[in-house]
Amino acid sequence: MSVRIPFFKFLVVLSVFSCSDIDEAENVNEEEVITSMNITCIPADGSPGVELSTIDLDGDGPNLPDVTVVGKFKIGVEYTGVIEFLNESVTPTEDLTTEIETEANEHQVFFTINGSYTLGYIATNKDSKGHDLGTKFKLTDIAGSAGKYKLTVTLIHQPKKPNNGLTDTGGSTDIEATFDIELVD
Amino acid sequence: MRVILLLFFLFFNLGLVHSQNCDLIFSGYVNDIRNSSPLKNATIQIQGIIDIMETNSEGYFEFQSLCPKNYSIIISHPNGKTKLISVELDQNIQKTIELEFQMNELDEVIVEGESNLKSKTIFENKISDEIIEDNSSSTLGDILKNISGVSSINTGNSIIKPIINGLYGSRVDVLNNEVNLQDQQWGIEHAPNLDINSAANISVIKGAGALKYSGSAIGGIVIAEPPKVFLKDSLYGKTVITGGTNGRGGSVSTRLTRSFENGWFTSLQGTYKRFGDFETPDYVLSNSGLIDQSVSFQLGLNRLNYGFEFFVSSVNNDIGIIRASHLHAASDQLRAIKSDEPWHIEPFTYKINPPFQEVTHNIAKIKLFKSFQDIGKFTFQYHFQDNKRLEFDVRRGKYKEIPATNLRLKTHTIKLDFDSEFLNFFDFNYGLEGEFQNNFPSPDTGIKRIIPDYNKYDFGTYFISNFELKKNWVMEMGIRYDFSQMNVSKWYRESFWLSRDYDKLYSDIFVRKAGNQILTAPKLRFNNLSGTIGLSKNINQFSKLFFNYSIASRAPNPSELFSEGLHHSAARVELGDLSFKREIGHKFGFTYLKDKNNLSLTVNPYINFVDDFMLIIPTEIRQTNRGNFQVWEYMQTNARIWGLDFDMSYKLNEKFSLKNQISFLNGKDLSNSTPLINMPPTNIKNEVSYNSNNINKLFFSIQSDYTFKQNKYPLHILEVFVAETGEMEKLDLSTPPPGYQLLNFRSSILLKIADDYNLKIGLNINNILNKKYKNYLSRMRYYAHDLGRNVILNMSFDY
Repeated sequence: MSVRIPFFKFLVVLSVFSCSDIDEAENVNEEEVITSMNITCIPADGSPGVELSTIDLDGDGPNLPDVTVVGKFKIGVEYTGVIEFLNESVTPTEDLTTEIETEANEHQVFFTINGSYTLGYIATNKDSKGHDLGTKFKLTDIAGSAGKYKLTVTLIHQPKKPNNGLTDTGGSTDIEATFDIELVD
Repeated sequence: MRVILLLFFLFFNLGLVHSQNCDLIFSGYVNDIRNSSPLKNATIQIQGIIDIMETNSEGYFEFQSLCPKNYSIIISHPNGKTKLISVELDQNIQKTIELEFQMNELDEVIVEGESNLKSKTIFENKISDEIIEDNSSSTLGDILKNISGVSSINTGNSIIKPIINGLYGSRVDVLNNEVNLQDQQWGIEHAPNLDINSAANISVIKGAGALKYSGSAIGGIVIAEPPKVFLKDSLYGKTVITGGTNGRGGSVSTRLTRSFENGWFTSLQGTYKRFGDFETPDYVLSNSGLIDQSVSFQLGLNRLNYGFEFFVSSVNNDIGIIRASHLHAASDQLRAIKSDEPWHIEPFTYKINPPFQEVTHNIAKIKLFKSFQDIGKFTFQYHFQDNKRLEFDVRRGKYKEIPATNLRLKTHTIKLDFDSEFLNFFDFNYGLEGEFQNNFPSPDTGIKRIIPDYNKYDFGTYFISNFELKKNWVMEMGIRYDFSQMNVSKWYRESFWLSRDYDKLYSDIFVRKAGNQILTAPKLRFNNLSGTIGLSKNINQFSKLFFNYSIASRAPNPSELFSEGLHHSAARVELGDLSFKREIGHKFGFTYLKDKNNLSLTVNPYINFVDDFMLIIPTEIRQTNRGNFQVWEYMQTNARIWGLDFDMSYKLNEKFSLKNQISFLNGKDLSNSTPLINMPPTNIKNEVSYNSNNINKLFFSIQSDYTFKQNKYPLHILEVFVAETGEMEKLDLSTPPPGYQLLNFRSSILLKIADDYNLKIGLNINNILNKKYKNYLSRMRYYAHDLGRNVILNMSFDY
């Protein structure tokens, strides 16, 4: 049958094709990812400060973030704080804090208290419309019985502003971590 | 609604009791007028009779069991003219009919029955050009829902993928003018890039029996075909203008065709469609607007023995994705589900902001055919497709203007087909197909790519035959072999690579390590065998039976194999599996067709067993710095889907008719003894219509479209930490929304402006009662309701 000839030609052509390899794919570094959030809180009374940090180098990969807390919050003492956002998956490390502060209208930091204690979080930097940004802040009225608690810090991208906290803010989470903090007298 | 249903069954029974005594035979020969040689494959259609006969190689055809009466008979040939004759049948008649290939007064007659049926033993459902006209501004996924057993899965109100008997994505092939669309169809948020206005009819084959087109379409095949061009000197065109209140937009679509008696033809078609934000009954779906543009051009020569066609098409869609659906963490998702309204509602606008997708699909095709008398017809086709997909997300800083997904898929295909004519007792179709595909996911996105770089080589060959087993019994058999090789270059995240033990299992694909990523070069090969066997029987001139068994194998697609990371537009981490085997579907389909007196009926039960069925299900919550993400993993399991598609229409009298359509299915995961995820719930459509049957063809119809709640679903509940409560809460992505009933209205009138100029005006209202509802098969249901009322006015102008 005449139709067989193209069949074999085809196989030959195909086998030649099959040998060719694909060019090596370029590696993508996720430059936009915030791998790390470092929160520094300095107390007004000159006692040692508190450092809250989280780092997750594999981004959305299976490894868990490494969350650490150094220091304890003193009840009744006022703290001033700053937050630093980094991408440590690239070399050199990229500081994303300025970018977030430049786009203040599209970002907001939230402190959420998990447990029976109080902690007043006041954003000290605002966006161009006067709404909270909160990468710089004050912690006031720390109260409750001494002990261990949880505190969640969230950076939301494109939140609804103003809002009543995470419940009605909308937007999407850029970074979020829950810290095991301790209150002392 | 129940009353209507009851009435239906009443009429149904009435229709069955009626019978006649008819035993006349009408037979004959169809010849080419120029040399009186017999014409094979001419179709003979008797008006009012369901069956369409084709002439054999001697040009012979035969109709049996006809009643003594006056029949109108249409004779046509794919390369010839159409002829209309009238026969007064009072005894057995044999006639010789000569078909001309010259200009003929009657060539305006369009034959509904096609000579080139895609499968002889699977019933083919069709969407007519009339329905396409009426829905000119809608999408392929929407329009196909007019067919029983076809539903859709949506990731936006304009991103709609067809589901055929419960299956979608890589299991459903979409052909646009014989080009098998390659457009990243594995992604649920990638709708087929096809302008429905470019098609004159769209057919659906429910199952894998059409081996000529694909061996892996376990779900089925959608075939869109451009209008047939008639062999006469003519310049004609059609323009359809549509405007809709919901979305405050519309579309304009035009086709111009120039044809010549000597067989040359050319056609130009274009569509522009624009909508702003769509609306639910209560609020605006912010950022759901769209701009679609498409253009196609056709040039060809159609002679009796040879011809060619050159076709180019370009489709470009910009589709907004509602802002409220773009989330990151599982806790964001939980907040969205708890809230009755989306968190982001803005006033109506035409503007499309991120997130949105921009998709371009270009096709170039060339086809040549030549027929040799007493041997057969050879067809050669080459086509090239270029699919570009950009997905823009809500991003920060310098990435704002950079798409989060940037894919380019290029496909070259060669097809060679031979349709035999040298054997009298049976016909066969033999073909070869070769395909080369390159996928390039641009690294410029700065985001880890879900679909890797790859080159794919496919080779397929098929043999399909059909023959008359005995009188009124046609048998069809087909076999197809596909070889597929994928050469991939993929960077794995080291943590994933290790967590899956790939370092031990797939050490042979390791190339090198850079930072926390591992470069791999997998080479995957698949050998797939598919087959089909079927029977069709003409019971009498009013009814017909089809039975078909098809086995189809589908190789895993790139997302099932290689996904590993955050799928931004789905706000979930998706994980594929390198170890996947091909899936194999076995489908048994049975169709009973009846068209007698005032009743027309189609009953189509089926059962589909799919071994190593690939599906994606939510498995866990993963803690990352961006919050807690849902993790969805691809799994392989054994699945079984059975169901019934039912269509009935009944003419009450000359003017009023009733229509009923039921789609029911049941999908089960046999390995885990749970229902299958994302299976369409039962749907019942009832319609009452009025047709004036006069020159104006005034038409009204009211339709009830009832979708039941899907009660069979697997329950996947994930526990999510919610910061504001400090507690673990349950994220329920499984429980389906309640059932709903929609009422739709359609009307149209035809105005004759001049001899050859017709204007058809249609007014349609979808969701008349402005019902607020959610659709189980829409991913938007987590964030928002479905569309509210839409009043659509369309005007179609033939000239």
